[in-house]
Amino acid sequence: MYLLWDSWCGVCFQKLANIDLQHTICTFLLYIYIFYITIMTSTIDDSDKEKALSVSVDLNNDTSLLIDIPDALCERDKVKFTVHTKTTLSSFQKPDFSVPRQHEDFIWLHDALVETEDYAGLIIPPAPPKPDFESPREKMHKLGEGEATMTKEEYTKMKQELEAEYLAVFKKTVQVHEVFLQRLSSHPVLSKDRNFQIFLEYDQDLSVRRKNAKETFGSFFKNMVKSADEVIISGIKEVDDFFEQEKTFLLDYSSKIKDSTARAEKMTRSHKNIADDYIHISSTLSSVSVDDNTALKKHFEKLSDLFEKLRKVEGRVASDQELKLTELLRYYMRDIQAAKDLLYRRARTLADYENSNKALGKARLKSKDVAAAEEQQQQCLQRFNKLSESGKRELTSFKGRRVVAFRKNLIEMAELEIKHAKNNMSLLQDCIELFKSS
Amino acid sequence: MAASSRRNPPPLPGAENQDPLSEMADEDSDEGEDIFVGNSNPVAEAFQPDTANGEEPADLFSEAETSTAVNSSITTSKSNGVHSDNENDLFAEVSVELSMENPSTTAKSSGAEFTPSLTRSATQPESMEQLEEEKDEDSFDMEVAVTNPEKIGDGMNAYMAYKVSTRTTLPMFRNRTFSVWRRFSDFLGLYEKLSVKHSLNGCIIPPPPEKSVVGMTKVKVGKDDSSSADFVERRRAALERYLQRVVCHPSLLQDPDVREFLERDELPRAVGTHTLSGAGFLKMINRASDAVSKMTIKISDSDAWFDNKLQEVESEELQLRKLHAVVDSLVNHRKELCGNTAVFAKSMAMLGNSEDNTALSRALSQLAEVEDKMETLHQEQAASDFFILAELLADYIRLLGAVRGCFEQRMKTWQRWQEAQSTLQKKREVEAKLLWANKPDKLQQAKEEITEWEGKVTQYERDFDRISVTVRKEFLRFEKEKSKDFKSQIVKYLESLLQSQQRHVKFWEAFLPEAKAIA
Repeated sequence: MYLLWDSWCGVCFQKLANIDLQHTICTFLLYIYIFYITIMTSTIDDSDKEKALSVSVDLNNDTSLLIDIPDALCERDKVKFTVHTKTTLSSFQKPDFSVPRQHEDFIWLHDALVETEDYAGLIIPPAPPKPDFESPREKMHKLGEGEATMTKEEYTKMKQELEAEYLAVFKKTVQVHEVFLQRLSSHPVLSKDRNFQIFLEYDQDLSVRRKNAKETFGSFFKNMVKSADEVIISGIKEVDDFFEQEKTFLLDYSSKIKDSTARAEKMTRSHKNIADDYIHISSTLSSVSVDDNTALKKHFEKLSDLFEKLRKVEGRVASDQELKLTELLRYYMRDIQAAKDLLYRRARTLADYENSNKALGKARLKSKDVAAAEEQQQQCLQRFNKLSESGKRELTSFKGRRVVAFRKNLIEMAELEIKHAKNNMSLLQDCIELFKSS
Repeated sequence: MAASSRRNPPPLPGAENQDPLSEMADEDSDEGEDIFVGNSNPVAEAFQPDTANGEEPADLFSEAETSTAVNSSITTSKSNGVHSDNENDLFAEVSVELSMENPSTTAKSSGAEFTPSLTRSATQPESMEQLEEEKDEDSFDMEVAVTNPEKIGDGMNAYMAYKVSTRTTLPMFRNRTFSVWRRFSDFLGLYEKLSVKHSLNGCIIPPPPEKSVVGMTKVKVGKDDSSSADFVERRRAALERYLQRVVCHPSLLQDPDVREFLERDELPRAVGTHTLSGAGFLKMINRASDAVSKMTIKISDSDAWFDNKLQEVESEELQLRKLHAVVDSLVNHRKELCGNTAVFAKSMAMLGNSEDNTALSRALSQLAEVEDKMETLHQEQAASDFFILAELLADYIRLLGAVRGCFEQRMKTWQRWQEAQSTLQKKREVEAKLLWANKPDKLQQAKEEITEWEGKVTQYERDFDRISVTVRKEFLRFEKEKSKDFKSQIVKYLESLLQSQQRHVKFWEAFLPEAKAIA
């Protein structure tokens, strides 16, 4: 896969050598799209599939509804995903179809599901985060500014690194969107949702009304009220032990995992910095060796080669750590938020039920509207019970899912670290041999 | 775990090492010269972070018992790894590997050849047997070490005293082993004296480490944190390398000043090394005028060799400066990584605590521990990056400056010769004029002056030839030394990288079954 990328890079560079950076980014992104089609349609090797499933396992096993995102196009700030569905269900018009979707459409779908009353007892899979190319873009900018201070080789290598980073961000965002859809499709209740179906099928542009200022403000306000409510509700006495435990656990865990995610991100970034430094060292060493006329010339060359190889390994270490550890933490941070939302909804119904009880008591006292109050109370109780039941189910399965995902990712990360370290070792040993023998 | 890799001022092997070795003391107590086995430099040995003791800074080279302590601890160190580290097994393994590569570990002969030039003291506590045992044409048996930085005095008048220990079989020294206490300004004073005497000959005089007001002030004030410990360690290592280069130089070694520096108990306080003194200002002015004159002189040399070499030196200095900057940035990033990993490990531990699935909780705590160990690894790696690579580059940047100075000396000599020649020419013209104007008494004087100046011209010419020869020889020697130096340091650095990766593998392999055990 990387070989293909290298050849595309070569083509890119020959064409883009003289053009300024801004233009380069656009055309580069176009090439990303082409590249993506190439890799996706040619070979989807198992490792890729595994990566897609790594944060949430047991997806896409049900052949009655298979969803994937085979390619995506990146234009400026917007990413256009092609959502491809293969289904044997009769509720769909065709057995195999694709539609273009934008990130906002995913958000719309998520919000629609959250707002559906019937799903209040379910953990709605968290919405995929917005594609964020800010970091590589910034670095590309800085690279452009510092171009004059580097040799051509160094500049090329740094650019390659950056492009790899761009590509990684791109892949990640595709994966995250794909996982969102796959979780929906594998959920027994959510997969039958009407909005979901529309999302998958409707071949016109969904032209989801982007939230205008008033609505964004409105939703912001709603969130504030919600968090205020959460505080009040967490004070409500919990009737069920299970939920009590879950609440304490989730609240605590959520803050901890947020912390861990932030730290993991910092750590990964440091690794990347070191890999970049190796590039600089390697190219400076090679220019030293060019000028040198003593016996050290060969040594410097060898050392420069070594650092070049080392930095590739270091880069892989950084990106693997990012994928297995940081992504894992990030995903579960969002998932736990969704679980907390479920608890919140349930607590809300409990509060409602208690209020209705009080109202019933008052009505009985006044002896009017008793029937209505009783009706109300019954409804609340029902809703509460329903939520409790499905909530319990969801939370238990969530626990299991989480443990399995952690296990998988931690094992993979450990194995990759070992592999890379062994790689490093053999590179270093070879170089030391060379040095000692010459 | 992190404590073991702190840059503590290297204490000498003291009580800890002496106890098991007291029996050895009996047999060796009388033999002064048999103290040091072949390569395993007690110097290196001394630089282990002996965290257990530091109270008895016994003399490295003088006392028999401690030297035997050192001696035997060398032989036992291979198997036992005299560290207070947790990772004893790892290190024993590693140090055994290294010792296999060194040829003359067992040679107990007093005629052990030893080239002091490249014996950098191992700054990494783990790698003891890292001194190369290369035989050279000039076989010296001379070894110097700078150890035991101790703070003398208090407040702003405090200073660090270093113990300079010498071990030698050269006849010109009074004893075989001896040590003295010196402070930083003493080293600078030595350099001043040497450059006054020898730079005119065209010798390349190794420059001492630089002064650092900030660093010293911190130490004086008594800030007892890692940065001042780092600073002291860095300075100590630099001073040692400086001395080693000085004694390695054949003609400098003969200088009585050097001998005095190494042997004499009390050295008169070197004046003129303080930055704000009168001598300091004088130096600055001289340097400025030199810089100006440098720009105007250009030798029309029949020998293009010197021109080429000077150019090479200049471009190399530039390159090394760039490389040094990049390595510096690597060191900083690694330190950053170290910090970030530590913080991450802590947060992972907390996450593991709040996890309710027991197996997963245990695995997460294990992960936190692994990351903690990684932090130690990164810290050590950063230290080795710095002490081995960055300092090597910094040293050679300074040395190249000294080389350039050498070339400049030659240019000055040439200029003097040319000036003398032109003066002679003028005198001859005056004589010719006087001859024509027929003034016999002034003529006599003119003739005397001419002979005087002819003598000077011949002398200056000879000077110039001599300095050219010396510079050439020195330069070739310098290049040879440089190749050796770089090669050995690079190998050391790569080995440290290799070690760290090996431990990497160990840590993650230990974690893997834990991760697999999650249910």
